[in-house]
Amino acid sequence: MNEPVAVLAVQAPPGLAALDAARQSPIVDPGGLTFVYRGPAEAVRLRLWIHGLPATQAFERAGPGDLWVLRIEVPENSRIEYKLEVVRDGREEWILDPLNPLHAEDPFGANSVAQGHGYARPEWTNVDPQARAGTLEDFVVHSAALQGERHIGVYVPARFRRTRSYPLLVVHDGFDYLRYANLQAVLDNLVHRLEIPPLIAAFTQSPNRLEEYAGHDGHAQFVAREIPELLQHSFPLHPSPAARGLVGASFGAVASLHAAWRHPGAFGRLVLQSGSFAFSDIGHHRRSPTFDPVARFVNEFRRRPGLPAERMYLSCGIYESLIYENRSLVPLLRQHGIEVRYEEVRDGHNWENWRDRLQSALTWLFPGPLWMVYE
Amino acid sequence: MSDVLILGPQYRTPNLRQALAGAGLHGPIATITAGWQEREGELGALEEHLGQRVRDLRLYERAEGLFGRDPALHEAYRQRQADLRRLQEIYRARLDHAKAAARELLARPDESEILRWARRDAVAALRRLDATHLRMIERVHERFMARWSAALRPLVAQQEAEIKHLIDESGVVCIAGGHVAVLLNRLRLFGLRGLLRGKPLVAWSAGAMALTERVVLFHDHPPQGAGNAEVFEAGLGLIQRTVLLPHAATRLALNDSARVALFARRFSPAACRTLDDGSVLHWRRGRLRTVAASSRLLRTGRAAATEVAHE
Repeated sequence: MNEPVAVLAVQAPPGLAALDAARQSPIVDPGGLTFVYRGPAEAVRLRLWIHGLPATQAFERAGPGDLWVLRIEVPENSRIEYKLEVVRDGREEWILDPLNPLHAEDPFGANSVAQGHGYARPEWTNVDPQARAGTLEDFVVHSAALQGERHIGVYVPARFRRTRSYPLLVVHDGFDYLRYANLQAVLDNLVHRLEIPPLIAAFTQSPNRLEEYAGHDGHAQFVAREIPELLQHSFPLHPSPAARGLVGASFGAVASLHAAWRHPGAFGRLVLQSGSFAFSDIGHHRRSPTFDPVARFVNEFRRRPGLPAERMYLSCGIYESLIYENRSLVPLLRQHGIEVRYEEVRDGHNWENWRDRLQSALTWLFPGPLWMVYE
Repeated sequence: MSDVLILGPQYRTPNLRQALAGAGLHGPIATITAGWQEREGELGALEEHLGQRVRDLRLYERAEGLFGRDPALHEAYRQRQADLRRLQEIYRARLDHAKAAARELLARPDESEILRWARRDAVAALRRLDATHLRMIERVHERFMARWSAALRPLVAQQEAEIKHLIDESGVVCIAGGHVAVLLNRLRLFGLRGLLRGKPLVAWSAGAMALTERVVLFHDHPPQGAGNAEVFEAGLGLIQRTVLLPHAATRLALNDSARVALFARRFSPAACRTLDDGSVLHWRRGRLRTVAASSRLLRTGRAAATEVAHE
């Protein structure tokens, strides 16, 4: 997880002398980013995942030495993950940018991070020593619906009291949220800042998410019924749907919407981040066969949405190919009486995008006693 | 009125012990920690700081017990709270528009007589709205008491006698912060306004707000919502012509002169005073004698650390 690092920022695109002197990359100016690479190579390319831009962009050699430079225009507040593709002796190698200390990890490894002009990592995503820390407990549950044992992590807030009743938040890919989106620190901080009430959070992690998250009834039964019933025995949970939230990103968002749709009344609150909501109005969807069950569910959902939850938070990066699907969902949800908060940001399909939205999402679904408590 | 000491938040860098000594307040201490809700009476850190044992009046626990004994009363109480929440929601909707109008007019560079008149009227409209809201809240309370005071009286009487005894035995009563609505409701329920009158008091954060005539909720940059300060309830009125603002350094945009000016004008003639770590305000016989580490919001848009003599 990145700690705050000073970004090299200038007021205008740098000249050759400044590029030659640069010890950090990229150099940020209000209109874009200038990437710098230093070293022997036959070619250097930027590999990035921005829907609408080429996946590969070539650096140009600057001057007679081994200095390579690429400038791209990027709107304010953008955040971009990338790698460098360096060709040496005819061999291509994808590497992290050696001049950039900012990295973002995910289950597949790590990427370098370019923070565009105006972007700043929200301070509430870092560990705050003033915030009282909650604890994590491990549970192993036998799921009849999934016919096997599942490992669940449970977040218990600081100053937990058995005499109080707590909202429950179930988080798909929960261990990834903890590791890559700093969710434990985020919960500690938002509770400490009174922006959300103290709550219990259950973290699930599917061993086969592409199948179980893609409109799988057994999985829906597991998160909507089995997990709350298990935790009800161990924690004083508030029974109201308004005190039950379900969170997911990417396929996890599909799983969240599907579980809430299959079990109306189980969750009154949903967080759907960069949902992989493939659908087709006519004919076949345009994505890979992995999305077939997703599209079957989403098409069915679009025909009869019902009321899966009273309030939802949706977000998507405008650099994601999924922006179309997410935008399309919002008016449908609103037409069916669901209170929706939808945010688009200049970011991609990644964990730090999802991390940066958590304050907005959780305070919308579970507003805390901020206005009432003055300790 | 006896001594009233108002302090900033106490959980990070407490100055209660020092402030008591500075004001010459001694003797057994009774506490009110109902604002802490389920944590009421967890006094370890407070006792350690003070270096002496204290006795808590346990207002939260007493109220819970009282409601447990009379479910019909409890249900009526809940209904009253639901009515108050509804009232607050309606007031908030009206406030959004009234405040937006005042902000817009105050932000215009025009200094003509017409605009000055319009600004004054926009601020007056805000003040009328606040005053009307307080009257409507009072009506809800009166309606509840008209229906339930006969049932409430015998239930509360014994508790009040015990509370009075504990207060009489103490030299000072400390009212801690926490959830201001929970605290204020318990103070009202057990008639603390009368019981505390004349007693040396120390209060901080929500406890301090509860002692004023008007409790004003505020946050200039919440993650959701407009960030409009709102009148919430009438307080006990033991401190007058003052609006107290705990955690102002983090909750208020004190460098935003337009917001500060509007806040000061809206609640004038009350003095709007910040309470942060280390703050001390000391009233003796109704007169403010000491101000330390506290600023007053001024109509000019500044938050100024004013001396008492200049006020």
